[in-house]
Amino acid sequence: MLSYDFDWSVLWKHPYGRWMLEGIWTTITLSSLAFCIAVTVGLMVGVFRVLPNRITRLIGGSYVELIRNTPYLVQLFFWYFGLPSLLPQASEKWLYDHVPSLPYWTGVVCLGVYTASRVGEQIRAGMLSIPTDQYQAAFSTGLTTYQTYRYVIIPYAIRIIIPPFTTEFLTCFKNSALTMTIGVLETTGASYLIDSYTWHGLETTTAASVVYIVITLCVVLLMAWVERRIHIPGMIARGR
Amino acid sequence: MDLAVIPRNLHFLLGGLVLTLELAAISLLGGFLLGILMGLGRLSSRKWIYYPATLYVNFFRSLPLILVIFWFYFMVPIIIGRPLGDFLSAIIAFIAFEAAYFAEIVRAGVQSIPQGQVMAGYSTGLGYYETMRNIVLPQALKNMVPPIVTQCVIIFQDTSLAYVIGLKEFLRRIYLVDSRELRSVELYLFAGFVYLVFCSIGTITSRRLEKRQIGR
Repeated sequence: MLSYDFDWSVLWKHPYGRWMLEGIWTTITLSSLAFCIAVTVGLMVGVFRVLPNRITRLIGGSYVELIRNTPYLVQLFFWYFGLPSLLPQASEKWLYDHVPSLPYWTGVVCLGVYTASRVGEQIRAGMLSIPTDQYQAAFSTGLTTYQTYRYVIIPYAIRIIIPPFTTEFLTCFKNSALTMTIGVLETTGASYLIDSYTWHGLETTTAASVVYIVITLCVVLLMAWVERRIHIPGMIARGR
Repeated sequence: MDLAVIPRNLHFLLGGLVLTLELAAISLLGGFLLGILMGLGRLSSRKWIYYPATLYVNFFRSLPLILVIFWFYFMVPIIIGRPLGDFLSAIIAFIAFEAAYFAEIVRAGVQSIPQGQVMAGYSTGLGYYETMRNIVLPQALKNMVPPIVTQCVIIFQDTSLAYVIGLKEFLRRIYLVDSRELRSVELYLFAGFVYLVFCSIGTITSRRLEKRQIGR
């Protein structure tokens, strides 16, 4: 039988409560910053892949294949352990000595670059899913190229892209937990750390799980609401 | 660059690759079988099947895999009172986690079969099990093949997470060699290359199958 002495107070006792809160905050900022990078880079990759130019398509395609076909953890280790050692010794030492949040920023950049490959694919799929009739109809009513994109294509594309973007953000959010392997104290890392101080892992891991579930649920509900708000009648509705 | 570090430790690293493949194969099989059950559960009209299956799928899909691995490696032993061992707890974690994703693939696959097929099955006098087994699932499986192959690639990559509990699979061995030889760039590039080769085979297969289906 369960011979375990539950002590939920480790979740708010000093200093563990602060670690946990800081962990949650780190998870949120890390995944949000990474997702900003992912959208910026992903937009470029996605556009590259649909341009009528063989070289840009090759660049975009190789990026996606390279990133998607290697595990995130390998990429993270390469960025964190591998890349600095390519620098001259003095600057490598400076980097480790003077940038205290090096793991954090490595995590942000690596997660951003990784998620960008997935976001890029979604953007490409979104752009390809807009029927050419839309362009033709817009042009034939006398709109300029800018106006066509501004008033017809983009509003359309945004609505198509929101559901897959929600999924990608949540994947990015969950993947942020892996940065604990290079020493970032995000939610999972913090719960693990408190466990190693107090031997009350069952409580901290439960708390971490609840945090992930609650945040996921909030994002899903929020995005479903957004989708309903901006829904165009006649377009296939999702998330209802 | 000193690439000699790789042949020097090749035997050790290949052992890890074998373990990685084993992990992937077992998780794939187990995850898929459990995934079929959960996926069909998600489609059930009986509430006492539908709700637990939905809860299961949504629960595991909103947790990071690393946390699930921690659950089965550190926490479940506390609850059941004896250690599971690193291999077993990794396997259970992977199966439980991937089943949730397979369930969604199965659900989408079954939903892609027109309702008429099910009605036709029932009207010829087949029961639920026989209709599923002989009419719906064979057709649905065909539609599911490309996403399943993609999921195989993801599982193969996900096994690298067993690193965190010290299981000596490929990535952990790369890490161990690195801590002895201090050749991070070469070793992680090599690791990336090996994963890339295996996963590219999967990705290309999946794309081929998808094209063939559209052409059908």
